[in-house]
Amino acid sequence: MNTLRSRIARMSLNVFAGLGLIYLFLPIFFIVLFSFNKPKGKYNIVWQEFTFDNWLDPFSQKSLTAALWVSLRIGALATAISTVLGSMIALALSRRTFKGSSAINLLLVLPLTTPEIVLGSSLATLFLNQTYINFGFVTVVIAHVMFQVSFVALTVRARIRGFDWTLEQAAADLGSTPQRTFRLVTFPLILPGVLAAALLAFALSIDDFIITFFNAGSTATFPLQIYGAARVQIPPQINVLASMVLLFSVALLVVGATRGQRSEAAKAMKRPKIKIRK
Amino acid sequence: MVLLVLVCVLAGVVVLAVFGGPEARHLLAPYGLMKPGLLWMALFFLAPVWSLVRISLSTKESRFSVQYNFAWAWENYSRAFSDFGGQFQRAFLYSFIATILTIVIGYPIAYVIAFRGGRYKNLLLGLVVIPFFTSYLIRTIAWSTILADQGPIVSLLSTLGLVDVFEWLRIMDNGKLINTPAAVIGGLTYNFLPFMLLPIYVSLEKIDANLVNAANDLYSTPTAAFRKVVFPLSLPGVFAGTLLTFIPAAGDFVNAQFLGNPNTTMIGNSIQDQFLRQNNYPVASAMSAVLMVSITALVLLYSRLFGTEELV
Repeated sequence: MNTLRSRIARMSLNVFAGLGLIYLFLPIFFIVLFSFNKPKGKYNIVWQEFTFDNWLDPFSQKSLTAALWVSLRIGALATAISTVLGSMIALALSRRTFKGSSAINLLLVLPLTTPEIVLGSSLATLFLNQTYINFGFVTVVIAHVMFQVSFVALTVRARIRGFDWTLEQAAADLGSTPQRTFRLVTFPLILPGVLAAALLAFALSIDDFIITFFNAGSTATFPLQIYGAARVQIPPQINVLASMVLLFSVALLVVGATRGQRSEAAKAMKRPKIKIRK
Repeated sequence: MVLLVLVCVLAGVVVLAVFGGPEARHLLAPYGLMKPGLLWMALFFLAPVWSLVRISLSTKESRFSVQYNFAWAWENYSRAFSDFGGQFQRAFLYSFIATILTIVIGYPIAYVIAFRGGRYKNLLLGLVVIPFFTSYLIRTIAWSTILADQGPIVSLLSTLGLVDVFEWLRIMDNGKLINTPAAVIGGLTYNFLPFMLLPIYVSLEKIDANLVNAANDLYSTPTAAFRKVVFPLSLPGVFAGTLLTFIPAAGDFVNAQFLGNPNTTMIGNSIQDQFLRQNNYPVASAMSAVLMVSITALVLLYSRLFGTEELV
């Protein structure tokens, strides 16, 4: 009786989690499905008939493609800047504690605990009524770097926590110059963390809407273009481009997962087997 | 005024550089490394907050002027409360409900992946994250398609004859699912679910299975083992997840715009409208400042009450 009850409980939890996964994928299913729709009128929200036309011509919406290109450029530039700045902060924070490090930690966490709308509107007030920078590409990059730096610094710091910094001293003892030590010892050690942080930062930049909305002026990033278009039309090309991004990231994830498994397997092979005597 | 801040920060940097002589280099090395990043944060995060507060206390010269004069104009704040009090209330209420819902939905999924995932753990985790690789806006627009009057859910509910039940639960309104408070809350819940699920998963993953075995060995029922061992150990994840969900949800305006109606607008909609459409920067800034201060106060109170040491 008891086991039956606990088995039912077990099963129902699994079912709940399965339903949760379906819930997560429901909109994705619709995005992909409607990329094959042949809409009547301007709004691609009611199913009409199946077609491959949208996939054969994904870049027919010139403004949408242009906006995607702008987003990629902004993402690349902002990610490059923020990865360097954030990793430097993480390196400084993780080696030793120094005066003011807790204040700096607070400064890094604050942008994450501030709603995006506050970050976006406050940055916009800085650019209002001054003659040096106009709203546009540059202000969007500045805005993205601003929130990315925190993410990069915290991600890199979490990844390199507990590193053995005496390796650097060993290099110095062996007569290596600081530059050489950084190039041959420190940099390869922190690289995986830095790359992970850069990927995260890039993803955040590509998808950011609210902060960008306040600081873009007339520059249209991909999300801004969709927002602007959604009022007058929802072309199926939006769904096609979104499905493409989805496919690309799934492929990336699969490659990452299989490679990860391979290295795990390699590690498992190398690991000496320890027998415990009883 | 912005120039003055710039000059101050630059002066600080120069002072640091001067101090950074050879004997002080070791002491100042971390500051030197952080200088560019912190400068960026100071210029484009701290200085803007200051300029936001300044503009929130300014007055316009005339209705169509773009010139603002600082005047301790507290009336901007009283206008923010009197004209947009409802939006403040809804923002906090909706994001509170959405946060609770993300725990209810996210916790079991995280639990099943962490304890029953086995060798499919990473695959399942990947599946959870994949939907969020599509753009935030596109996901929200997709929800408006799903919840639409001709959409699948409304027709499913009417075939099952459940419309009345949903009306009674106040989820549906006049046979509509879209443009209701429930749709806005549902959108918020969906869009911020991973921010709850992933921290909970991380804290559940860390739990040593032997602790649960020990509880079972000591004749604890599975429920008691969960209540007394697993759940308390997962609280840091729930704590981090609530912050990561509630804060962005409270400032969101995308869900309310695409899934709501004019009576379900949140404070984000008002700030956006006043700032970008009406160009009423002082009142918009006042609302932003109030949102920032109230969220900071809530976070501090919350971390006092339930907080753990590790925030990140």
